[in-house]
Amino acid sequence: MERMLMKGNEALAEAAIRAGCKCFFGYPITPQTEISAYMAKRMPKVGGVFLQAESEVAAINMVYGCASSGIRCMTSSSSPGISLKGEGVSYIAGSDLPAVIVNVMRGGPGLGGIQPSQSDYWQATRAMGHGDFQIIVYAPSSVQEMADYMGKAFNMADRFRMPALILADGLLGQMMEPVVFEDKEIKMSDASDKPWAASGHGNRRPHNIINSLYLQADELETYNVERFKRYEKVKEELPELESYLCEDAEIVVAAYGSVARLAKAAVEQARAEGIKAGLARPITLYPYPERELRAACKTAKKVLVTEMSMGQMVDDVRLALECRLPVEFFGRTGGVVPKPSEILAKVKVMKGAE
Amino acid sequence: MTEEIILAGFGGQGILFAGKMLAYFGLMDGREVSWLPSYGPEMRGGTANCSVCISDGTICSPLVTEPDILIAMNKPSYDKFINTVKPGGIAIIDSFLIDDRCERDDIKCFYIPATPMAVENGITGMANIILVGKLVKETGIASAEAIRQALEKIIPPKKANLIESNLKAIEMGQSYGQ
Amino acid sequence: MPDFNKPHALTDVPMHYCPGCTHGIVHRLVAEVIDEMGIEGDTIGICPVGCSVMAYDYFNCDMIEAAHGRAPAVATGVKRANPDKFVFTYQGDGDLAAIGTAETVHAATRGENITAIFINNTTYGMTGGQMAPTTLPGQVTQTTPYGRSTDVEGFPVRVCEILSQVSGVALAERVTVTDPANVRKAKAAIRKGFEFQKNKQGFSLIEVLSTCPTNWGKSPVESLGWLKENMIPYYPLGVYKEGAIR
Repeated sequence: MERMLMKGNEALAEAAIRAGCKCFFGYPITPQTEISAYMAKRMPKVGGVFLQAESEVAAINMVYGCASSGIRCMTSSSSPGISLKGEGVSYIAGSDLPAVIVNVMRGGPGLGGIQPSQSDYWQATRAMGHGDFQIIVYAPSSVQEMADYMGKAFNMADRFRMPALILADGLLGQMMEPVVFEDKEIKMSDASDKPWAASGHGNRRPHNIINSLYLQADELETYNVERFKRYEKVKEELPELESYLCEDAEIVVAAYGSVARLAKAAVEQARAEGIKAGLARPITLYPYPERELRAACKTAKKVLVTEMSMGQMVDDVRLALECRLPVEFFGRTGGVVPKPSEILAKVKVMKGAE
Repeated sequence: MTEEIILAGFGGQGILFAGKMLAYFGLMDGREVSWLPSYGPEMRGGTANCSVCISDGTICSPLVTEPDILIAMNKPSYDKFINTVKPGGIAIIDSFLIDDRCERDDIKCFYIPATPMAVENGITGMANIILVGKLVKETGIASAEAIRQALEKIIPPKKANLIESNLKAIEMGQSYGQ
Repeated sequence: MPDFNKPHALTDVPMHYCPGCTHGIVHRLVAEVIDEMGIEGDTIGICPVGCSVMAYDYFNCDMIEAAHGRAPAVATGVKRANPDKFVFTYQGDGDLAAIGTAETVHAATRGENITAIFINNTTYGMTGGQMAPTTLPGQVTQTTPYGRSTDVEGFPVRVCEILSQVSGVALAERVTVTDPANVRKAKAAIRKGFEFQKNKQGFSLIEVLSTCPTNWGKSPVESLGWLKENMIPYYPLGVYKEGAIR
């Protein structure tokens, strides 16, 4: 298995193809455009479909149509474009369809900037669209993980029949790192394992209907309750958190995605300076790894949450810890990447204030 | 052991490519590497820079803020980054494009007129690679074998003739000032 | 001999359409074409948001319910993944020519091998009779209580005329279903659209001038008369573009 040097965006795209993603529908936006470019080049060669849509709205609705027919498909965008996809994600969830959406985050709100950011955490975990639904959100932290969690996202989306989102950022999308792919023949997905799909009944079964409209309130309630019950299973099985040097840590730094790498550097430096620091890195952002975080904070006296935002995941940390530990926040926003030295400085202040 | 490198200059000077080449050197030597470009509208004709890390262990931050090594190919980049170089670090400077001479005595600076050297030797546009050659010479960051393997990897077979000219540029950088 | 039995491509679910509404006729025509071509098992229909939102219950082929205006994008997703299947959208004027204009025009420019059935009845029926993009000048609706003023609300959209300029379009034809002769022409147009699709020859759209007696405040018969007198002059019937693009 060859170590290849690839951009995060490209690794994502290649991993999707290897996961049998047959169709990609996209729209150009910095800093995720390499995904489209890679798909445009590669899809026709492996019997897949790349289509540049007229808008983000159209792209997500193409995904909705393609997923309705039981075919693995995806779309990707960056923050402002993800807002436009919200409608479609809600319909996908409401119709119990598997699909993968990638958000390579940039600074917001509005047109914002094009530098890396994590300011769509709330949107990703709470408000990807209107209505009562939950999705699966993965936050990779390296180019290798961009690839690994892409395959996982497709598998989990299929298994639980719900959208899965990869929440990355401009830093992860643009950086190159070595990545290894499993040697496996590429096989495009078909609808054979999806008896619910609207792919033509072939005069062999009653017609299938893909729909999220239920005009009877009690009927809609039944579907929503069933969906949330299904999500309970997701909550049991999917939460993932990497814990690093947390066994005896007095100060646990919680961070996800690219920022977790910067936090790791800060934690290592703190250890070198004699401060018992550790890193807790949620890999699933939804469902949130609550148990895993509590375990990582077992010996902690204080928790520092660091993000490239004004503080969004910090809410979930407080909820998971049930306010039993003081939780502080350090973040940079607007596309400014925090320096490990800044995080370290905050850790030192917290240590000193004990 | 981790080397943190910043390469900076104008868009079109091959800054990102030179960084990629360094990352491939590390890859071929079986080390951990990362390459992170500045991206955005400034890439088209404005300033361009990238961070490269080459390490024997895990790379935490791919974003380099205090480099061990700086390659500077224009004045704005030199001004922006020269004071961020770690004490004990080195700076490799295209002295044709940058008139300044660094006053810091805690870093080692190498001045190479790489741009005219490239033109005079029939490899116009490879000033970036000449500077990479100097970096290799001063740091021993890559083995000769890794360099050749990396070039074979990043230069598409259609342009195989460029492998030799890149090797020539690296050699010129390595032997400059000897 | 006309066949008065229910086409197989229609289910037994009773339709919810108002008395005199022409949706039922158009549903039947689409279903007859599906039956005659023997393609029910290979057809996927996309419903809009609007009065025909529940068409998924009426057609016997596999059906997908799309968000408002997005049916052509949804159809594109299905068709690109399943190029040998038949895919049609069934959309109203608000869906196709207002909120979904971009999706319509771009599916057409791409020459997607899909067939759009476009019901133009100059009103938003399901929400209770508001102004549509196709509401005629002077026409009174809930949101144009003094009549549509072209100074304020602008001009009605002529979809077939627009699509006649679009290179990806194999068929843009306007028909109506006011009488048996026109019903037969409408069916022939729908059949043509599906044939273009079968041969992968480009995007087809059949605009059907339709009635909305309930929101127009007219009897079914009066509505047919109003359509002929007012709509056809503004939206002349006929073929606006026909010919394989590939």
